[in-house]
Amino acid sequence: MAILITPETKIIVQGISGRIGQFHAQEMIETGTNVVGGVTPGRGGTTVLGKPVFNTVREAVEATGADASLMFVPPPVAADAMMEAADAGIRVAVSVADGIPAQDMMKVKRFLRRYKQTRKMRLIGPNCAGVISPGVGFMGIMPPHIYMPGRVGIVGRSGTLGYEAASQMKELGIGVSTSVGIGGDPINGSSFRDILELFENDPDTDAVMMIGEIGGPQEAEAAEYIRDHMTKPVAAYIAGLSAPKGRKMGHAGAIISAFGESAQEKVVILQEAGIKVAPNPSSMGVTVAEILGKKAAA
Amino acid sequence: MDIHEHQAKDILAKFGVPVPQGGLAYSPEQAAFQAREIGLPVVIKAQIHSGGRGEAGGVKFCRTDEEVRQFAADILGRQLVTKQSGPAGKGVYRLWVEAATDIAQEIYLGFVLDRKSERIMIVASGAGGMEIEDLAENDPDSLVRMIVDPASGLCDFEARELAFRLGMSGPQIGQMVNTLRACYRAYRDLDATMVEINPLAITGSGDLVALDAKMSFDTNAMFRRPEVAALRDLSQEDPREAMAAQSDLSYIGLDGDIGCIINGAGLAMATMDMIKLAGAEPANFLDIGGGASAERVVTAFRTVLTDPNVSVILVNIFAGINRCDWIAAGVVQAYKEVGMTIPVVVRLAGTNVEEGRRILETADVPIITAGTLAEAAEAAVKARPNAAAA
Repeated sequence: MAILITPETKIIVQGISGRIGQFHAQEMIETGTNVVGGVTPGRGGTTVLGKPVFNTVREAVEATGADASLMFVPPPVAADAMMEAADAGIRVAVSVADGIPAQDMMKVKRFLRRYKQTRKMRLIGPNCAGVISPGVGFMGIMPPHIYMPGRVGIVGRSGTLGYEAASQMKELGIGVSTSVGIGGDPINGSSFRDILELFENDPDTDAVMMIGEIGGPQEAEAAEYIRDHMTKPVAAYIAGLSAPKGRKMGHAGAIISAFGESAQEKVVILQEAGIKVAPNPSSMGVTVAEILGKKAAA
Repeated sequence: MDIHEHQAKDILAKFGVPVPQGGLAYSPEQAAFQAREIGLPVVIKAQIHSGGRGEAGGVKFCRTDEEVRQFAADILGRQLVTKQSGPAGKGVYRLWVEAATDIAQEIYLGFVLDRKSERIMIVASGAGGMEIEDLAENDPDSLVRMIVDPASGLCDFEARELAFRLGMSGPQIGQMVNTLRACYRAYRDLDATMVEINPLAITGSGDLVALDAKMSFDTNAMFRRPEVAALRDLSQEDPREAMAAQSDLSYIGLDGDIGCIINGAGLAMATMDMIKLAGAEPANFLDIGGGASAERVVTAFRTVLTDPNVSVILVNIFAGINRCDWIAAGVVQAYKEVGMTIPVVVRLAGTNVEEGRRILETADVPIITAGTLAEAAEAAVKARPNAAAA
């Protein structure tokens, strides 16, 4: 079954008419993802890749029954696209935009609280690679062929490190139930804890690989959740052991600005919560194998 | 993005924060003129994008015209090294000349983005003057924190409560409420990421005045804040980082000798970690970003090579939104255009990887290829000219 994307999920692409939107929508369709249409304001009534394009998310939802949206909308207007999707009844949205003003995200998070839990939109990202349930479908910018279907969940801030983990796991014959990129921004739609909770409740996930990095409190919050509420084993890796304090390492959120935000401190916090932490980024796969109780083949 | 103290004071004063009278000077003559206009004694403060100026000798209390000229002549044009500036220091090209204030008490006041609540948080302390890190360590009980609901903004009753918790009384309460509201509005309306007044002084006559001010802004929001973006001072930035940013590259100079060109911030950090574990140090952090063209790869090479310490370049790409064939073409192009004299290690994975590898293999350039992250880091460490000796 996996999480967030199931065979029943009907996906629209906001910004489907753009170059990037079209490129990735095509790859999604080719790999069997259930894309039902797209939204580009002013292009309603046209078709892209054989899918109907609508002016508004509301029209798209009414016409297609879409319940998920992947957004290729530029950062200055990305927050507006998120709020439009939430208001139209979309349940899962993924934003890949890198460079959204922090205060726009503050506004979006506040906006999402308007809706009751039963119809509230779950936002993944922004500034993330997206979500893939191998063999079912994907919403994002990842290369789908590197993922093997299986029973281990991946959740990480970095897209490329998520790819790295998935390919190391594949080498060892370990497949993925769902891989979720939560993004590198200081304010994001879903936290590590939010996604871990979904994996804990997913009957098709046996274990989770969590890939954190310097900056922010979300890894520590996740450690507490894993210790107190998770029955499934979790492995982790934290990037940025060699990152200097006070410098933004690419991601807007990857900056050590408070106690507990360095990689070393996060590793200790996770280990104290009983989580197996990979000592380096090329042993992420092996660490997953260990928590699954398998012996690494090599 | 950081701005100077005098710019932050100018902005905050417009929102209603009380600041001392002051003026800007680019020469000893201008400093003397400003001091005369304001009236001696004055405080002269070197304008650089760094804290810790006082301890480093960048701030001076001057009683006479001669003292003003002397200090200005001494400090202008110098690199001021503070405990926050890095070893190279920051160039002093302008001075802020300010009326001296009679200080009875110093308050710390800061507005930051609290990542836990994902809201603006006010941090204040009645024991101002020292850095917030020192306050948090030495006097944590003095810190007062308040989180602002973005829907309502900062309410007067909340601001009053904060003033009372800092032990204020009488007319100070009203002044503090105005100051807090002004800072909050400046933060919100200008897309700041930090507003800090340290110290906010209570004068001998009991009035509040901001003696220092620091503001940082959200780079992602500068498209809608042209008036703030115009305050950027390139003389205070690392020229390599500024050059890289113009090409959409995220570059940070470090102390090692292995130049890194990587896609994705997380993979970049992980590759640096791997280099460290393999026994060397990265020369830089560089994320070429998504959808990188061959031209951007060439610019990345040029940027990394501006660092004379770089003895080998490691390219590590796991392509999703990127394409290995474009990256490979860029690497080959860079090798030829830049006139490479040092070894280059390339690891490609992900979208169009076969095509990318084929381009590298058929091109007539001596590139070392690696299959995995670990192999790439080890190959780079080994390829250093001085590696055999070590």
